[in-house]
Amino acid sequence: MNRIEVKDLNVYFGDAHILKNINTEIPKNTVTALIGPSGCGKSTFLRTINRMNDLIPSFRKEGDIILDEEDIYSPKYDVASLRKKVGMVFQKPNPFPKSIFENVAYGLKVHGIDDKDFLHQQVEESLKAAALWGEVEDKLDNSAMSLSGGQQQRLCIARTIANNPEVILMDEPCSALDPISTTKIEDLIHKLKNDYTIIIVTHNMQQATRVSKYTSFFLNGEIIESNLTDKLFIEPKVKKTEEYITGRFG
Amino acid sequence: MQKNNFTEFLIEKGLFLTAIFSIIMILIIILFILIEGFPAIQEYGFLNFIFGMNWAPSEGEFGVFPMIIGSICVTLLSLLMAVPLSLLCAIFMAEVAPNNVKKFLKPTIETLSGIPSVVYGFFGLIVLVPIMRETFGGTGFSMFTASLILTVMVLPTIISISQDALKAVPNEYREASLGLGATSWQTIKNIIFPAALPGIITAIILGMGRAIGETLAVIMVAGNVALVPNSIFSPLRTLTSNIALEIGYATGIHHNALFGTAIVLFLIIIILLLVANYMQHKYKIDAGSGYL
Amino acid sequence: MNINKIIPPKIAQKIMNGLFIASGLLTILILILVLGYVLVKGLPVVNLEFLLADPIDSGRAGGIFPMIISSIYVTAIAGIIATPLGIGAAIYIVEYANANRAVRLIRFGAEILASIPSIVYGLFGLAFFVVFLQFNWSVLSGGLILAIMALPTIFQVSEVTLSSIPSSYREGSYGLGASKWQTIYRVVVPAAIPGIVTGIILGMTRAISEAAAVMFSVGSALQTPISIFDPGRPLPLHLYTLATEGISLDNAYGTAAVLVIIVLVITIGTNLIVDRYQRKMTGG
Repeated sequence: MNRIEVKDLNVYFGDAHILKNINTEIPKNTVTALIGPSGCGKSTFLRTINRMNDLIPSFRKEGDIILDEEDIYSPKYDVASLRKKVGMVFQKPNPFPKSIFENVAYGLKVHGIDDKDFLHQQVEESLKAAALWGEVEDKLDNSAMSLSGGQQQRLCIARTIANNPEVILMDEPCSALDPISTTKIEDLIHKLKNDYTIIIVTHNMQQATRVSKYTSFFLNGEIIESNLTDKLFIEPKVKKTEEYITGRFG
Repeated sequence: MQKNNFTEFLIEKGLFLTAIFSIIMILIIILFILIEGFPAIQEYGFLNFIFGMNWAPSEGEFGVFPMIIGSICVTLLSLLMAVPLSLLCAIFMAEVAPNNVKKFLKPTIETLSGIPSVVYGFFGLIVLVPIMRETFGGTGFSMFTASLILTVMVLPTIISISQDALKAVPNEYREASLGLGATSWQTIKNIIFPAALPGIITAIILGMGRAIGETLAVIMVAGNVALVPNSIFSPLRTLTSNIALEIGYATGIHHNALFGTAIVLFLIIIILLLVANYMQHKYKIDAGSGYL
Repeated sequence: MNINKIIPPKIAQKIMNGLFIASGLLTILILILVLGYVLVKGLPVVNLEFLLADPIDSGRAGGIFPMIISSIYVTAIAGIIATPLGIGAAIYIVEYANANRAVRLIRFGAEILASIPSIVYGLFGLAFFVVFLQFNWSVLSGGLILAIMALPTIFQVSEVTLSSIPSSYREGSYGLGASKWQTIYRVVVPAAIPGIVTGIILGMTRAISEAAAVMFSVGSALQTPISIFDPGRPLPLHLYTLATEGISLDNAYGTAAVLVIIVLVITIGTNLIVDRYQRKMTGG
């Protein structure tokens, strides 16, 4: 069964037509990679799925995004609960200037959970799931700013997991990280893929082949090709995809 | 070539002189205030001067304590009203309001800060004092009336500086919090506001400085009785008013005692400035160390 | 976080939105109230005669011509003295100074100057300019005090503007063989002009609005000052005297209206000019 269905999606920022006639389906509990050159609309697409684009005053969209049979842009749909269900990990690690514990507990707290034991248990589980627990278990009260970049990004993943989401959006999560930290995040994605629907935007085609089962290739606001990652990279059907993955542009 | 270098040298030294002009001026100001004020403090006694409850120049009594209390009371009461209002307004302008509303509010704040203090005092005298008299009885000249005027006068200071502090909070924090499903108010309350707090405290301290330093607007509505006020509807006299009311006719030690009042005022302002600077400095490092 | 149980986040959001809008409206209302009152009461008094006539009977009747001239005098003196000092200091800090401690000291100095209560300036002016330097009660003494008060504003705004000029401008100029001063004079300062002008205007607005700082140094003369050594009575001081001594409420309203209009015109006018200049410079 498909978790997310996108039907005839068009997105505009003011007069600029950013996404054009997007039709795609994102399957449940797998990793889908979005690749394409800068400015092709893949990040905008990602941010449309948890309605982060709502923050931009000139944003306008046509078409539907269906998550578990519900239109997430319907007026009845609660944005806060959507973003709880669809978590997001950003390009630059962006922990709050608070303690490690507070960072992970934040999402639970804003959704009204204040039982201390439960919070502690959730924080521990989330940090374990994000493969960070061993490195921080004895300094949960330290500022999140004291962590390294890679640790901060895993903290942000833990923070997202703590909210118990069903979908995790990752917007070039490794682009600000060194190769060792990148490997750790990729390992983490492998671990998480059975429990979460993950959509990852990446510049790095090797990364797409390493972590994803499906890949969509974006160009100039359109999806040029979507397929199983192995197929898309080995025998692309469209000429432009082939040109991109063989490095002829982008 | 030789000549050119010499010109450049002269220009640099000239600019250096303009740069240290402020420092020289401050030293001269301090020197003159001290020279004129010290005799009174020496003759009357430092502790008697600061903590003396009785200000009666004709009897040779120069206790400025009622004025210190007066300045503190009127300032705190005005902050009590101005801080919530300005912070709400600053958050509104920095985080919530759509662009066209911002375009309207920004010149409003600028104009409020441009109106001369005498005009505020005049407005208070003509409009507020009669209203107060009719509503709460008494003369209408009171701590409360003065605080209301000061509230309006410190609004622009607190609003514009805290707005800058709020805007300086990295957008990544907002996105992270909203991305976790927090409402915009939860994001402001839990993330943006705490991150901007050092700047907001600086804004409040600078507003406080403005309130303590204001003279004529307060004189015009505060009643100026040199007694410790016993309710917010009592008249009071501030340190600044004390100087302005009496320097015109003061002679001898009375004259010196007014300069002594200025020393007290100067010290309060320096302390406030140091605290404001400390706040900014201490927290800048923590908030600025950002990512990676 | 307990509050979540009492007030659901969405309700809290609505309440806070209401408060935010209310705070904005209240601020606008305050401005309209003060400005509206002064203008409605004051404008009927203001006419050409009021602006161009001498006061009669200490201001009970007649106009405010000498006060306008006094205000122009003290503000102009303040501007002429404070502008080069403020800009010079800003240029030194941004372009020349490299000792961190000296920069901090000079900045802190400007903050102190900006925070000293105006009445303390008043006392200082009396002791220093009037008595010690024997400038007596004159528009010169008043203008000099206002210069010191306007200085930090001009300095601070110019400093911020100069530091925001991209270093590529400077490199470009050096690359063509210009000296440091040529670079500053021909490239950096012109690029910073809008900000610097705003700083000067802010300083001048502060000077033209000030009464407490000059009340013991310009004197209280009702005659028009001719030389800078003549005493005068700037508009704010006149307003203060009319209002507190109960001389003439009507003329007080008129004076307040004139003062407010001057400040408004200066502020709005500069904003427009600076906007236009900026657009011209950036080609937008």
